[in-house]
Amino acid sequence: MSMTRPNTRIVLLAFALTTIGSTSAMAASTETDFKAAYAAAEAANNEAGRLRNQWTVTAEALADAKKAAEKGDFDHAMASARDAEALAKASIFQATSEKEAWKNLEIR
Amino acid sequence: MKAPLAIHLASAALALAATAFAAMPSAVAADTPDPVADAKAFRNYFVTKFPNVPLDDFANGPYSLNEDMRRQWEEKEQFPPYEFSLEMGKEMFAKPFKNGKSYGDCFPNQGIGIRQNYPYFDPGEGKVITLELALNRCRGANGEPPLSYVEDEMAALTAYMAFTSRGKPFDIKIPDDPRALEAYQNGKRYFYTRRGQLNFSCATCHVQNPGERMRAEILAPALGILNAMPIYRSEWGGMGTISRRMITCNSQIRGVPLEPQADEYRDLEYYLSYVSNGLPIAGPGARP
Amino acid sequence: MASTIRVRAISGGETTEVQVLIQHPMDSGFVKDAGGEIIPPHFIQELTFEYDGRYVFIADWGAAVSKDPYVKFSFKGGRKGDDLKISWVDNKGETDTTTAKIQ
Repeated sequence: MSMTRPNTRIVLLAFALTTIGSTSAMAASTETDFKAAYAAAEAANNEAGRLRNQWTVTAEALADAKKAAEKGDFDHAMASARDAEALAKASIFQATSEKEAWKNLEIR
Repeated sequence: MKAPLAIHLASAALALAATAFAAMPSAVAADTPDPVADAKAFRNYFVTKFPNVPLDDFANGPYSLNEDMRRQWEEKEQFPPYEFSLEMGKEMFAKPFKNGKSYGDCFPNQGIGIRQNYPYFDPGEGKVITLELALNRCRGANGEPPLSYVEDEMAALTAYMAFTSRGKPFDIKIPDDPRALEAYQNGKRYFYTRRGQLNFSCATCHVQNPGERMRAEILAPALGILNAMPIYRSEWGGMGTISRRMITCNSQIRGVPLEPQADEYRDLEYYLSYVSNGLPIAGPGARP
Repeated sequence: MASTIRVRAISGGETTEVQVLIQHPMDSGFVKDAGGEIIPPHFIQELTFEYDGRYVFIADWGAAVSKDPYVKFSFKGGRKGDDLKISWVDNKGETDTTTAKIQ
């Protein structure tokens, strides 16, 4: 079974994004850090919205980030905000690459 | 350079979606859509894939592809679960609006036996008009509030209208208008475009895997997939419109659904109905 | 009010086959509505079929039976033209009953 290039790219992206186990040596996150991360995630998700291609899991990650931040757990909130940004960017990538890739599935 | 991120994606699902389903052979799409050729190729694909299924039977979705399910469905059709909705729809359709007019006044032939002509392209507006949309516009034109596109009442109305057209072949027209062709092409593109975190397109399930299982469900073939709408879904414990089904399909693959009767959905319905031209209306239907 | 019970009873040879579709919400009491409030339990508790003065089928139901239940069964005997009486009672004390002719 052969994969077309756009599909290969998204598979590779998916695998890259699924690398578990951050070895980040960051200091504990602050509220300021979180706000920046959340804003970035939200902006990406809004862009995905403009492309009419948001993912449900992005919204869930954003909500999770907000909830954690309200409780003061900024490490968790940061992680979720970063998840959300990655998911949103993946959805943007999907929308963009599918502009041409859809033709590969078309019955002819 | 950012530190590696700890991501908790449904990696299994995404990877499975990307690798389990083979991509079709690559070919360059023609610039000008040719709906007639598309429809022919579409039909041929399914007829070739399922040579033992009579053409009209594709309108019965999963029941055309699975003997055991078919038997259960045929039994249930003696006492179909959509009966209550159908009766409610008949009553609703006949009941006049506050201003004395009724649904029949908005439609050709008083709204009886016309479902197979929807959706149609309206050159005045330059857009596709679906039956659900037409019903709400009828209400609006007569001073009534719109019905929800995803709740029981709209489903009851379209159930009744489908019932009056049972057996009639889908007869969707694409007028000689570049906007109509564009709407058709938009619908086709939507159908084949991957979306949601699971990275599925409509075609992933309904073109590449009809008759196969998705969890406990048997997937329906795309040919004839709208013919039995609206459907009573046992899963929903109730009746559902085309709008409802499109929205739930989106969210099931973890894509945020668009608003009911969004342009994309209208165009999608246009495309899917057109490529099923000739197959009989089988609505209202029952599904697991 | 229209009957909630739709029935078809067909006699063939020694047995009669009965099919029934009942319109009832059959709320289990475990489901929440859109506002987050529990929808109170409302389900049929007893469903009976009477023929020739005796019960030919009794169902004791609970919350696990789904909305708009459908029942199909056969019983020995039953002649064309005879009456079959179907009744149900739910946990709120509401009831409905209908009599159908065996075909």
